[in-house]
Amino acid sequence: MAESISLPESEEPAGLPIAASPWFKRVLSEFRHNPRWWFSLVLLAFILAAIFAPLVSPYDPLAYHPVITAQPPTWAHLLGTDSLGRDQLSRIIYGTRVSLSIGLISILLGGLTGTLLGMLAAYFKGWVDQLIAILVDALLAFPSLLLALAIIAALGPSLINLAIALAIVRVPIYARLARGQTLQVVSQDYIMAAHSAGTHTLKILTRHILPNIFGPLLVQATISVSLAILDESIFSFLGLGAQPPTPEWGAMINDAQTFLASDPWMMFGPALAIVLVLVSLNLVGDALRGLLDPRDAERITMIFRTTRGGSS
Amino acid sequence: MARYIVQRLLFMLPVALLVSFVTFMLIHLVPGDPARVLLGEEATPQTVAALQRQLGLDKPLPQQFVLWLGQALHGNLGDSIQLQQPVSQAIFQRLPVTLELGLAALIFSVGLAIPLGVYSATHRNHWLEWLINVSTLVGTAIPNFVLALLLIFLFAVTLRFFPPGGYAPFTDDPMNNLRNLVLPMIALGTGTVAGNLRQINASMTEVLEHDYIRTARAKGLSERRVNYVHALRNSLLPLLTIIGIQVGAILSGAFVIESIFLWPGIGKLGVDSAFAKDYPVVQGVVLLAAFSYMLINLLVDISYVFLDPRIRLNRS
Repeated sequence: MAESISLPESEEPAGLPIAASPWFKRVLSEFRHNPRWWFSLVLLAFILAAIFAPLVSPYDPLAYHPVITAQPPTWAHLLGTDSLGRDQLSRIIYGTRVSLSIGLISILLGGLTGTLLGMLAAYFKGWVDQLIAILVDALLAFPSLLLALAIIAALGPSLINLAIALAIVRVPIYARLARGQTLQVVSQDYIMAAHSAGTHTLKILTRHILPNIFGPLLVQATISVSLAILDESIFSFLGLGAQPPTPEWGAMINDAQTFLASDPWMMFGPALAIVLVLVSLNLVGDALRGLLDPRDAERITMIFRTTRGGSS
Repeated sequence: MARYIVQRLLFMLPVALLVSFVTFMLIHLVPGDPARVLLGEEATPQTVAALQRQLGLDKPLPQQFVLWLGQALHGNLGDSIQLQQPVSQAIFQRLPVTLELGLAALIFSVGLAIPLGVYSATHRNHWLEWLINVSTLVGTAIPNFVLALLLIFLFAVTLRFFPPGGYAPFTDDPMNNLRNLVLPMIALGTGTVAGNLRQINASMTEVLEHDYIRTARAKGLSERRVNYVHALRNSLLPLLTIIGIQVGAILSGAFVIESIFLWPGIGKLGVDSAFAKDYPVVQGVVLLAAFSYMLINLLVDISYVFLDPRIRLNRS
């Protein structure tokens, strides 16, 4: 996630002699041009919270205090306490770790597998292509959450199994996307040149094809991360993901469900966290898509000018 | 036309076979011996062996699959471990509940999206555009279980308009059934409103630029007739595809919503069986969902060809 948000910033080697304005000014103008980018700061805040959870959370997320159960928000506990007297804010901060890491792991696993399958299908064509197409169609035939449910039912409810299930569910999207993109690239002259020069297939796939299909895959990844985080919270809400006492947003909302009538604020914190992360991921994904859209080529060259010029 | 359908069916065959195989293999994903997992550590080897025989686990894998598939084709999905009844019976008892909820959610979603989509395409209105953008975002960013709990808190706990959950069969008590339907329908249908709205808006905007719309206007037809009869009919084709995809979303959403609102449908059955490690039921639910999803998408594809003469003519 981190690399996709900070893409415009981090790929910018500052200090190179550029005729135009310095990189931060261009990034700033991109922010002004498309206000969606501001939500990348919200994401950054969540990422930092996840990394530095022990430093920023005011209490131990697992320490329970029978005296202060189900407290409404106070200065001592900004988002109140849960049914066992655990600090809600600390649990939300630690919950960020679970949601972001399961989201990332499942997309990495599913994305890599799917991309590999799609590239192989488009590169080798023929029966390989047909076989992969049947596999992808079969996976797409299952309503995605149901397939994940079935896998979790078989493997047993746990966060690792949930990540595996959500990864499998994402494979077909990446396989289709990568196949379509690879088909476009494979017909280019430089691939044929590499081929006739005797370049190893693996090298052609990783060095020549992958970099050229990476953009759309990255945009898809930001969208799928939000879907994966959503799915993860659904399964944890149902009790089929994170197991107690692991602090996790969906599981926290499930706890709060029991107290909906008496202590409705208990749901507020974790629900807000999920919505904020999903909104931000969607908006930043939109902004990223706009950036990588060929119709916006001019602005891309503006932002990537230094890196593109340097590497090729 | 017939050739196209046969072609599609032939292509579906290997996919359907693989779908069945994946479903069949689920029980073999279970770490260790499924029969042992189900019966617990204390079970005697005899009872484990008996359950293995009942689940067909004592035969070689290919033979197991062929037997299982043959049984499944005859509508026999095995016996539930938890419910003391055949899986197919457990599923078909609960099917009407899920169908009612799913259909209501679909009608809610499309019924809300069509007038809003037509209006937004025919009126340049910044507020409406803003509303569409925000609702799209909210629709994708508020998990359905959060929305469900918000609805329960607002309309059941605070305002007491609707019950917070439960199900009454329509044949027993129609009014009660409908009162119980409102909140889960909204919770399940809202997520797809935005997508439908965008689709109708986009295709309407495109269709409205065609010459035949200008002709219709020039004939002096009322704006209403032009919009809703001439333009809308051609804008609904892409919506069909979207609805095909949505059935999957609704099937996926149903088991969350049914669990929250305590609707005894297939979704809740699936979740409960996942908890209870009732593998034959999970397999049955997954198989049924996958095949209905495949069938609906096939029907969508066929009706697409049927409704749009251009596709039909291009093929023949």
